Amino acid sequence: MTSLVVDGVHAFYGHIHALHGVSITVQPGEIVTLIGANGAGKSTTLKTIAGFLRPRPGRILLEGKPIAGLPPHEITRRGVCLVPEGRRIFPRMTVLENLEMGAFARGGRREIQDDLDRVCRLFPRLGERLGQTAGTLSGGEQQMLAIGRALMSRPRILLLDEPSMGLAPVLVELIFRTIQEINAQGVTILLVEQNALMALGVARRGYVLETGRVVLTDVAERLRENDLVRKSYLGEL
Amino acid sequence: MNWVLFGQQLINGVSLGAIYAVIALGYTMVYGIIELINFAHGDVYTAGSFVALATLVLLGASGHMAAAALAFALAVTFAVTMLVMGATGIVIERFAYRPLRGKQRLAPLLTAIGVSFSIENLLQLWMGPSPVPFPQIVPNPFFSLGPLTVGQMQLVVIGSSLVMMAALQLFVHRTRLGKAMRATAQDWMAAEIMGIDINKTIALTFFVGSVLAGAAGVITGLFYGNIWFINGFRAGLIAFTAAVLGGIGNTTGAALGGFLIGFIEVMTAQYVGFQWATVAVFSVLILVLIFRPTGLLGQQLPERT
Repeated sequence: MTSLVVDGVHAFYGHIHALHGVSITVQPGEIVTLIGANGAGKSTTLKTIAGFLRPRPGRILLEGKPIAGLPPHEITRRGVCLVPEGRRIFPRMTVLENLEMGAFARGGRREIQDDLDRVCRLFPRLGERLGQTAGTLSGGEQQMLAIGRALMSRPRILLLDEPSMGLAPVLVELIFRTIQEINAQGVTILLVEQNALMALGVARRGYVLETGRVVLTDVAERLRENDLVRKSYLGEL
Repeated sequence: MNWVLFGQQLINGVSLGAIYAVIALGYTMVYGIIELINFAHGDVYTAGSFVALATLVLLGASGHMAAAALAFALAVTFAVTMLVMGATGIVIERFAYRPLRGKQRLAPLLTAIGVSFSIENLLQLWMGPSPVPFPQIVPNPFFSLGPLTVGQMQLVVIGSSLVMMAALQLFVHRTRLGKAMRATAQDWMAAEIMGIDINKTIALTFFVGSVLAGAAGVITGLFYGNIWFINGFRAGLIAFTAAVLGGIGNTTGAALGGFLIGFIEVMTAQYVGFQWATVAVFSVLILVLIFRPTGLLGQQLPERT
């Protein structure tokens, strides 16, 4: 069954009409990316899926079941976890406490310990800094923590909002390798990125958004060859 | 300098400050989570004194009771008052503040002042405009500490305040709900993504703060022997000053600020003049806001969206 269906979703910030009927599907096990310029509606789409904006109108189905209109904490409990833009770790908690918060919605001490171990294997840097206050981590470490924290909720689908933003190129590489690794472990991923080249490098399919509409969708390789994409988002002339 | 007098006033300052500290915790917790100065908080504290009085009267408590009966009556009074005030806190949040959440900051602030006046006037309607005697049921012998003396009630005040502060620290650091509160206070959006229901968590914050205020209300009645509907106005402003002095949003800071403000108030009364005590306290508020607005230990505020 399709992991996630976003069907004709409109969304508003106050009176600003931000999404004009966005439709996206994500199949189980896929990495799908949303690319587009600033203000195209990429983050808004993720926020709407995560429940911070209500589709008016539009349907959002998680494994066939409607989730539109549920509050964000309920959507998390159903297995959709957002790694928000700007990381939004808990700055005055330790790394370990941040990771434990990720498992807030589920029980099972043993499973939580297993997941902690798994996150520490994925990000050894976090494992070394479990007792450190999260606000003192570097930007890259905070991004790792944000992703690790989301994995602690055992999401069925992970929504990543601009994971490479503000990171040095070497860290961007690392984050993208990790995204592929997480995906290889069976987590379905919907990825929003400014860095379209990197995003299309890891994704199987992509959607191009412009002013709140999907203007193009294809498998990632073909999007990379597409003239519009090359001109607009890959910085080629 | 008369060090005995100073030491004696220090004990007075600590017992006064202990009560301010407990009230300040409620201000700072609420400010730390929704950035609202809950001006009704001081009145919740005073309402706690009144609920305690009513409970003691219902129980027929008096100074002539056997020790076991007295302990039972006190335990019931604390439990009833803390629960009633906790529930009051939840009701205030639900009906006065939640509908205004996310609106401009001034609206909830003015509403808080309105809730404060409402509680004060309800208390006045209930038990009248004059101070009301509170039964002095706890024996208050004095003990010598070298040249100093300390009353049993002062020890009760200080001891119970410390227990409450410790319990609060344990609650917010060790329990699941406490961690949800801290998470929400640091970043409500991220908290929501973790599966935390922030409406429930904010209600819980009001509950815990009001439970503490209720307990402080009981202690105040027992300690001072009379209660007055308007007490919470002054005590609330002073406790708010304590919270700002310590660093608003910071629970350790609120406790520290409470003790410092108690100290400043008592020492000013002793060495400068009684009539200057309140002036000194609010001068501290002004000086902190001008020179160190983040307080002694630093503010702890939610991340901006």
